[in-house]
Amino acid sequence: MLWVDKYRPKTLDQVIVHQDIAQNLKKLVPPPIYSFLLLSAFAFLWALWFWQKTLIMALLRQIFGTSAEKVKVENRTWKIDAGSRTIDLELTTLSSTNHVELSPSDVGFQDRYIVQEIIKEMAKNRLIDTKGRKGYKVLVLNEVDKLSREAQHSLRRTMEKYSTSCRLILCCNSSSKVTEAIRSRCLNVRINAPKEEQIVKVLEFIGKKEGLQLPPGFAARVADKSNRSLRRAILSLETCRVQQYPFTSNQAIPPMDWEEYVSEISADIMREQSPKRLFQVRGKLYELLINCIPPEIVLKRLLSELLKKLDEELKHEVCHWAAYYEHRMRLGQKAIFHLEAFVAKFMSIYKGFLIATFG
Amino acid sequence: MAPLLQSSQPWVEKYRPKQVKDVAHQDEVVRVLTNTIETANCPHMLFYGPPGTGKTTTALAIAHQLYGPELYKSRVLELNASDDRGINVVRTKIKDFAAVAVGSGQRQGAYPCPPYKIIILDEADSMTEDAQNALRRTMETYSKVTRFFFICNYISRIIEPLASRCAKFRFKPLSEEIMSSRILHICNEEGLTLDAEALSTLSSISQGDLRRAITYLQGAARLFGSSISSKDLISVSGAIPLEVTEALYAACKSGDFDLANKEVNNVIAEGYPVSQMLAQLFEVVVEADDILDEQKARICKSLASADKCLIDGADEYLQLLDVSSNTMRALCNMPQEFSYDS
Repeated sequence: MLWVDKYRPKTLDQVIVHQDIAQNLKKLVPPPIYSFLLLSAFAFLWALWFWQKTLIMALLRQIFGTSAEKVKVENRTWKIDAGSRTIDLELTTLSSTNHVELSPSDVGFQDRYIVQEIIKEMAKNRLIDTKGRKGYKVLVLNEVDKLSREAQHSLRRTMEKYSTSCRLILCCNSSSKVTEAIRSRCLNVRINAPKEEQIVKVLEFIGKKEGLQLPPGFAARVADKSNRSLRRAILSLETCRVQQYPFTSNQAIPPMDWEEYVSEISADIMREQSPKRLFQVRGKLYELLINCIPPEIVLKRLLSELLKKLDEELKHEVCHWAAYYEHRMRLGQKAIFHLEAFVAKFMSIYKGFLIATFG
Repeated sequence: MAPLLQSSQPWVEKYRPKQVKDVAHQDEVVRVLTNTIETANCPHMLFYGPPGTGKTTTALAIAHQLYGPELYKSRVLELNASDDRGINVVRTKIKDFAAVAVGSGQRQGAYPCPPYKIIILDEADSMTEDAQNALRRTMETYSKVTRFFFICNYISRIIEPLASRCAKFRFKPLSEEIMSSRILHICNEEGLTLDAEALSTLSSISQGDLRRAITYLQGAARLFGSSISSKDLISVSGAIPLEVTEALYAACKSGDFDLANKEVNNVIAEGYPVSQMLAQLFEVVVEADDILDEQKARICKSLASADKCLIDGADEYLQLLDVSSNTMRALCNMPQEFSYDS
C-alpha cells in the first residue's frame, strides 16, 4: 500500500494539516439524537489538492458512521426524454447507502440534463432508516467549476427545494468559476494548500510511524520541492526511500519526469530561435501532450522556467503573452497550436531583445 | 410529510416573508402590489433586480395571497431554470397550462381568487431567445385567463417584445439600515449576539444581498456558536482578508517582478478566488490617492480584460500574474508598450 493511502486520515480527529477546518466541520455534524435533518445547507468551495476528498470522506464518516466507507462504484446509464429525442448519458457514480458522489461535468455540454433530471430524482427519494425516521442523503458533486452556466443555473432552485432531504457538497478548484447565485447559497470553506512547515510535520509523522531515520533538513527539502502539494511530498519521500536508505542529508530528490522535460524545452528555445528549432520543440510538446500532461500545466511550467532566466524587462512581456495564449487555448480546440504560438512569440521577442542588446 | 424540526430549515426559507407587505425596502413595488391584491386585478409583471432583493419572495407571496393554499396548486405554475424550458416546453407545457379556462371569480374566505391563472417564470434571463419569442403570442392569446410573472436579474436579457408587454418592477439593493434591522430581528429570534462591528461587516460583504447575509450568518452560527465576530463572518463568506490584497499591491508598487510573482503564487496556493481578488484589488486601486488618474485607468483596463478572460475559463494564476505585471508597469511608470513585439 502506498504511504499516501496508508496515512490518509480516516476521521476528522486524525487530520494533521487543517486541524482548524476539521474542527469546524465537526461542529456541522449534529449530535446523534438529532441525527436527521439538522445540517444547514452547506457546501465546500475550496482549492483542491487530494486533501479535499480526504476531508469529505472523513466528514461523511463523522455523519453516518462506518457505513459511509462501504462504497460501490457503478457505471450507470440514464435515458433522458428531451422533447423529440432521447439522450443516453453514462456516468460513473460512487455511492454508499447515504451518499452519492458524481462528476456531472464528465458528460460535457449535456451536464445540464444530469443536474436537471438525475440530481432532482436522487434528491426526491428519501431514505428511511430502521427506526422509521426520515434520513437525508448527501450528494457530492465534483468539479462544479467545470459545469456549464446552464447547469449551474439549474442547480440554484434544486438546492433550495430539496434542502430538507438532501444536502449537497460541492467541490471545486476555484470558486471564481462558480456563479454568485450558487456561492451565496453555500457555506464556503476554503482549504489552502498546506504550508511547508505543515508538510514537514506530516513527513516527520510518517517517518516516525515507519521507523525511518530522517536526517535533519531532509524533510524540509522534500517539502520545498513539493510545490506545497502534500501528496507529492509523501510520494517523493517514498521514492527516496526506495532509491536509497538510510537517507543522507544531501540525497538528490528526483524531480518529476515531465518537469525535467519542460525545462529541457525552455533551455532549447533560449539557445536558438529559428524555425528549425521550433519544429524540434513541436515534437517535444506533442510528446508531453500524448502523455496526458494538461496543456495549461505545460504552459505554466514553461513560463516559470523561462522567467527564471530572463531579464527583468522581458518578464512582463512574456507573462502577458503566456496569459494571452492560455486564454486562447481555453477558447480554442487544439492546444498544440497555442502552445506553439507561445513558443514562436517568445522566440521572436527574445531574438528582438538579443539583436537590440548585442547588435 | 412529517413536521420538520425547526432548526433543520435554512434560515433563508424560514424567514422568507409570507406576505407582500412584509417585503423589506421595496416600497413602490409593495404599494402597487398591495393595491393589486385588493382589486384582484393584475397585469403581466416583470421583476428585475440584483440577487437577494426579494423578487421570488414577492412573486410567491402574491400568488399565495391571491389564491390561498387550496387553489394554489391548480392555479399557479412555477417554472425555474431547474426545469427544462426549451422551446418545446414553451410550446407544450406552458401553452397547455395557459389555455385551460378557470371558473369565474368566487371569493373564497380571505382570498380573492381572481378568474385567471398565474405562470411564474423564475430566472427568466436564462431562457433562450427562441423560447422567449415563442411566448409572445401565447401571452396575448391567453391573456384573459393567464398572467405571466417574469423574474430576472438582468432586464437586458429579456427580449424587448416581452418586456413591453409587462409592467416592470425594479428591485433595489437593500440599504444598510434595512439589512441591519432584518439581521437583528433574526438574531433575536435565534438567540445570537452580534456586535456593531460584525453587523457592519456583514452588511458590507453581502453588498445589499439579504439572502447572502442570512446564509453567512447561519454558516457562522453553526461553526462558531452564538456569539459571532466580524472575523468569523469574513472567513465564512470567502472574502479575502485586506492584508493579502495590500501585500499584492505593495509588491506591485515595489517594481520587483519576482516579488510580485511570489505573492501571486501565494494567493493561488492559499486558494483565494481570483475573481474576488480582482474585485478587491480594484477597490484598493480606485481608493488610492497617491497615483495619477491615468495610472488608475491603465490598471482598471487590465483588470477588466482579466475578468473577461476568467469568465472564459482562463487560468487564474496566469491572469493574476498578467494583472500584477500591468499594475506594476503602471505604478512604476514603466513603458506600457512592449519594445520587442514585432
